[in-house]
Amino acid sequence: MIADTATSAHSAPPASPASAHAPAPRVVPARYWGQWIAAVVLLVFVLGFVGLIASSKNVQWSAIPRYLFDPTILDGIRLTLVFTVLSMLISTVAGVVLATLRMAHNPVLSGFSHLYIWFFRGTPLLVQIIFWFNIQLFIPSLGIGSFHVETNTLISAFTAALLALSLNEAAYMAEIVRGGLLAVDKGQAEAATALGYTPFQTLTRIVLPQALRVIVPPVGNQTISMLKTTSLVSVVAAQDLLTRVQNIYATNFLIIELLLVASIWYLVMTTVASLLQSWLERRLGQSVSEPPLVMRLMRNLMSAVGSKG
Amino acid sequence: MSDILNLQSPASLGPSTFPGSDRPMVEAHGVRKTFGSLEVLSGIDMTVSRGEVACILGPSGSGKSTFLRCINHLEKLSAGRILVDGELIGYREKNGRLHEMKKPQLALQRREIGMVFQRFNLFPHLTVLGNIIQAPMLIRGEKREGAVRRAHALLDMVDLRQKADAYPQQLSGGQQQRVAIARALAMNPKLMLFDEPTSALDPELVGEVLAVMKRLANEGMTMIVVTHEMGFAREVADRVIFMDGGVVVEEGPPAEVLDRPRHERTRTFLRRVR
Repeated sequence: MIADTATSAHSAPPASPASAHAPAPRVVPARYWGQWIAAVVLLVFVLGFVGLIASSKNVQWSAIPRYLFDPTILDGIRLTLVFTVLSMLISTVAGVVLATLRMAHNPVLSGFSHLYIWFFRGTPLLVQIIFWFNIQLFIPSLGIGSFHVETNTLISAFTAALLALSLNEAAYMAEIVRGGLLAVDKGQAEAATALGYTPFQTLTRIVLPQALRVIVPPVGNQTISMLKTTSLVSVVAAQDLLTRVQNIYATNFLIIELLLVASIWYLVMTTVASLLQSWLERRLGQSVSEPPLVMRLMRNLMSAVGSKG
Repeated sequence: MSDILNLQSPASLGPSTFPGSDRPMVEAHGVRKTFGSLEVLSGIDMTVSRGEVACILGPSGSGKSTFLRCINHLEKLSAGRILVDGELIGYREKNGRLHEMKKPQLALQRREIGMVFQRFNLFPHLTVLGNIIQAPMLIRGEKREGAVRRAHALLDMVDLRQKADAYPQQLSGGQQQRVAIARALAMNPKLMLFDEPTSALDPELVGEVLAVMKRLANEGMTMIVVTHEMGFAREVADRVIFMDGGVVVEEGPPAEVLDRPRHERTRTFLRRVR
């Protein structure tokens, strides 16, 4: 059929189909009236809800711009970013270690990694944060010989929060890294082994650089999600953005206003991070046809982290 | 070209100046390999002399690739032993026991044995030059200038001198395989293993790879080639080894094995591939 039309199109048509000469009939697109009705109903509800909030006598709208650039709030944003960047860095390193442990032949090593991932993915992060904050309840002090440190002085709200975020994230990161390592063709490790690379050299020089291509996109997603997850550390008053907001509204009772201020900032941060990520992934997509992908990728990653911090 | 390859063949050094030169390059004694309950190799004995080119033929599943992979210990033997240049591969013999080598020790042995794979396995994140110089620099600790100079000489030898800065995915299959050969040669191996080096290539690209292998054979490199290329075996091999069902069925000069096979299994196989 297809071949038929192709040949008739190429050779001069002695008797072409009638449709080529007759005026083409107008095409009437299909209309889906149900969707239009649903859209109108939705619009009515959304506009009504927005109107309800906007006309509320109980919201002091003027408070929002007043607090948006409050030094306390800005300092909270700084801490939220610090938590995000540090916990992502720590968990990435820990994730690589856990992933390699999990793929080890020794059953104790792979078992440990398995258990770690099971535990930290299976318990709520909120519980883990509170747990680390209260660690002195069952380990009152740490020490060797006569040297002792109170756990309380060692584990501040900041360290408890950072520990909990990093250790929890490491479990997810381990699975992401493992997926990336498994995605690299086995022939690559084999070729390196045959050339005389040690297992460590094979991992760091051949497998990991190629796994990066698979690892980077989900790490971007995790980073964006971490920006919001850090708000959980407010339960131990770790001075992140949400903690600051709560502190302020505890004294002036502008609860909704300050939560809106926090929401605006979280939206700004996640939007910027998403833009960075999609830019990065666009570069990544191009580099399938353009070869120097990994080198560029690492440079991009570095600059992305740099501009965020 | 011999100075690029650094071959210590009897022809270039003379047996008197090189004491080990009369000893075979590869000796396999009773090599067995089982995967679970499946026995892939059921006792292989083989000797390959220095400078010899041995082609292993056989139907798929005959164990020829597995045997090749046993020589550089990519596969662990289930029984038997393999010696390369007189050195036991993969084990250390102490007090009548064989102690399995650790991977870093194995890596030292593997440096001396080059391998070329069916699917090339070039490193896609490195340029052609990077593929060739990384191992000498990282593993042998060579200086960059020296490694680069040698890489260019090797690229000359495989007719790819203009492709040094290209990435593997910009090359054709035949070009990739020639780079893979250059990469293996950069480590100065005593022995080269080829695991069906032309089976993944388009037919029109097979010739260029075989030409490079032939050049290498003429230089006196010891080569073991698992292949389906009868023409190459006939022209280049010193010896043809026919394997089937995990054993060596027959071996001998190509003219004998390919034209006057003594065993029925060999005859059946040769009829089928022709």
